Amino acid sequence: MTGRAADLPSSLRLAVIGASSGGVAALGEILPLLPARFKLPVVIVVHQPASHRSLLPELFARKCRLPVLEAYDKAPVSAGHIFFSPPDYHLMVETDLTFVLSLDEPVNFSRPSIDVLLESAAHSIGKDVLAIILTGTNSDGAQGLRAVRKAGGVGWVQSPETAQAPTMPRSAIDVAGADAVLTLAGITDNLIRAGCTK
Amino acid sequence: MEAGCFDLELELLLEGVYRRYQHDFRHYARASLRRRISAAMDRFNCLTVSQLQDRILHEPEVFNAMLQYFTVQVSEMFRDPSYFLSLREHVIPELQTYPSIKVWVAGCSTGEELWSLAILFRESSLLSRTIFYATDINPASLRIAEQGVYPLERMAAFSRNYRAAGGSGSLSDYYTAAYDGAILGAAFKSQVVFADHSLATDSVFSEVNLVSCRNVLIYFDRTLQDRAVGLFREALVHRGYLGIGMKESLASSAHASAFAEHVRADRIYVKVAS
Repeated sequence: MTGRAADLPSSLRLAVIGASSGGVAALGEILPLLPARFKLPVVIVVHQPASHRSLLPELFARKCRLPVLEAYDKAPVSAGHIFFSPPDYHLMVETDLTFVLSLDEPVNFSRPSIDVLLESAAHSIGKDVLAIILTGTNSDGAQGLRAVRKAGGVGWVQSPETAQAPTMPRSAIDVAGADAVLTLAGITDNLIRAGCTK
Repeated sequence: MEAGCFDLELELLLEGVYRRYQHDFRHYARASLRRRISAAMDRFNCLTVSQLQDRILHEPEVFNAMLQYFTVQVSEMFRDPSYFLSLREHVIPELQTYPSIKVWVAGCSTGEELWSLAILFRESSLLSRTIFYATDINPASLRIAEQGVYPLERMAAFSRNYRAAGGSGSLSDYYTAAYDGAILGAAFKSQVVFADHSLATDSVFSEVNLVSCRNVLIYFDRTLQDRAVGLFREALVHRGYLGIGMKESLASSAHASAFAEHVRADRIYVKVAS
């Protein structure tokens, strides 16, 4: 069952997605389906080995209709763009919808950390955030999702039984609850609705 | 905690710290500062930023401890090896034409990058005619930098970076092991001047040929970034070089026109007439 998330606030300004192991494959079932008229900025943290440069923006730019970029410090979080966190930096979103990077210590053994991104988005733009937790093998993202939902934002989680690695979505649901628990197809359908209604 | 209230209290804290201790964090990037202030609140058992402010303003030792939260001390030797390789291949040959060279390592933190540059300069036979200015606002970090002692277990990773950066010897040529520490820099110390210097409030102190200031600007907002880059611009000689972090950019800087990309991929710029 794909499921349909409850009606979304019309003020949504940002979608943030966190994923770990299995994340690239999962994103491959979501991002290429976003249509050119999709307007929400999508900001993504995928745990990956620290290296000089990430291949994810290039990989997805070839498959997606939306522009796919690596987030740069102080750059605007532009509408209709997909951004990946650079490897080995924490990525945050500021109140004026610009990116902030940091080299603070890893959180949940992760840099970038999903919690760090989600907590910054919750603090900066609160109820206007849609946060999505996908497959993964640790519990990063759970606290962040809780912060987003507490601030009045919307939280969706991939259903653990359909996730390649169920730990991360299961932790998120345990710690934060969810506004909807969805398959990847369900997430995609609802995300398109959320991003194209404006 | 309600976000608006936290931000208001944070503004008050930063203003208070500036007036009480003359350390100016008012233009630090809020998103990263919030996290570190939250961590400090946990450490000092404060439920609100206002409670933390009370302790900082009334207990100077708490302020001193807070410097570890206002600034970030994460560093490693030869981080981003390609940066050092590019300096070796595209900057050092130019610097070799000068009779004497000055290098400013701005925001040097605990010194890993400083010693990496010193090794690079030594291997290029430039060390004896180079003065390094290593500056930071955190006295505890400067002390660690000056001591040049790092945990031995970090040396394996540093050595990998060193080789990837084109190192011509072995990193172990430059340190001696004692107990659990690697003592670095003994051969270079006479070439380094350590100084307390703030990119937020201090001015230029010398003319320099190269500024290396990596992953410092990310902690500043645009206003303070412009101030810092303005200092670098003022300090650099014509055709002097500026290296910044791999994910930083001068593209939207107020001083963008004063710099040309020298090695784009490694964020090395050269100062040009503007």
